[in-house]
Amino acid sequence: MAELHVELVAADRKVWSGAATIVVARTASGDTGIMPGHTPVLSVLESGPVTIRTTDGGTVVAAVHGGFISFADNKLSLLAEIAELADEIDVARAERALENAKSELDAHAERRAEVRLVAAGALGGHKLV
Amino acid sequence: MGAQLRVYKRRIRSVTATKKITKAMEMISASRIVKAQRAVAASTPYADELTRAVTAVATRSNAKHPLTTEKPGASRAAVLLITADRGLAGGYSTNAIKQAAALSAQLREEGKDVVTYIVGRKGVSYYNFRELEVTGSWTGFSDKPTYGDAKAVASDLIEAFVAETGGVDELHLVSTKFESMLTQTAVTARLLPLKLDEVQLSDESKAKHEIFPLYDFEPSAEGVLDALLPRYVESRIYNALLQSAASEHAARRRAMKSATDNAGELIKSLTRLANSARQAEITQEISEIVGGANALADASAGSE
Repeated sequence: MAELHVELVAADRKVWSGAATIVVARTASGDTGIMPGHTPVLSVLESGPVTIRTTDGGTVVAAVHGGFISFADNKLSLLAEIAELADEIDVARAERALENAKSELDAHAERRAEVRLVAAGALGGHKLV
Repeated sequence: MGAQLRVYKRRIRSVTATKKITKAMEMISASRIVKAQRAVAASTPYADELTRAVTAVATRSNAKHPLTTEKPGASRAAVLLITADRGLAGGYSTNAIKQAAALSAQLREEGKDVVTYIVGRKGVSYYNFRELEVTGSWTGFSDKPTYGDAKAVASDLIEAFVAETGGVDELHLVSTKFESMLTQTAVTARLLPLKLDEVQLSDESKAKHEIFPLYDFEPSAEGVLDALLPRYVESRIYNALLQSAASEHAARRRAMKSATDNAGELIKSLTRLANSARQAEITQEISEIVGGANALADASAGSE
């Protein structure tokens, strides 16, 4: 099966790298799915969860905030200022941050907390808008 | 114990205590250099990818962006100076400050007003003491900078750069490059406006000289550039902060190592002095006893 090589890199560390069959990310023009053989693309990422389906059938979910995605020669680079894998996310902390952000009407912080919770699967069924 | 000897003993005790402190600081710095170097290494993949993307956009489209446009008749230049928060790091902060002063003088010679931004308490206190104007300063993270810190610094500077009025036309960066454990040099670089044709590539990617594929830009080349260039500036500043932090630790380690060595030397020579003072005391006591005995003997011989 065709596969693409994925590198998920945050500003201060390499978060994840490996082979995948499809990667879905939220770009400025909407959710984009990238599969092997996609045309070279360079686009701006929105805050949102990134889903990577690995070649061995597993799924890696990460919350990314700000950054961009570039794909060429079956190599996909996801660069984000902040990127956290789902199992690294502190759900309790994100929930607290969400409460704070809601009470302080900080839309950015609220969005960040929501993205974290969605990526961690703690906002069950909640549709991110 | 004589007064002289007591004074020496006391000085030896105090120098020993100082030596313990400098030794501890030396070891702490030594361990932090490794951490700081690791942080530099960990930030490289991001910086490299970002550089690659910026170069790709620059070569595949001729989009203009405020951050890359040279302003004609530039009259105001900003200098960002990175120093340490704490002292006891040898010439680390001083060298960076000197470098910044030289750069400012050069810019003034070119007829530009110089606006100074400073990272680190040492630089801030140097400028405040001399009543030099500081436009913006950030402190508290010089030994362990995070990306968030770099972002805060970069956003203020970019804001000043793109401001319609009262902004700056150029941005220069003075930081300390970590060349090795023994060599750290203060360097200057012009950060803005960016020259896309000489975007820095690390040696590895330079060797490749790759031809970039025809990217589709989403939403547009301008939109991508809009998002990328501030990130690129942030990443350059982040890298400078990390390098400077590593340099700071290396400079502090070296300064503390020579302080420890000097304290050792001092203890040695003080011990010698204390020994000879003790010996002199003993000699004096003996000659006093002998002199006293002789005097007694002479007195009793005379009376007989």
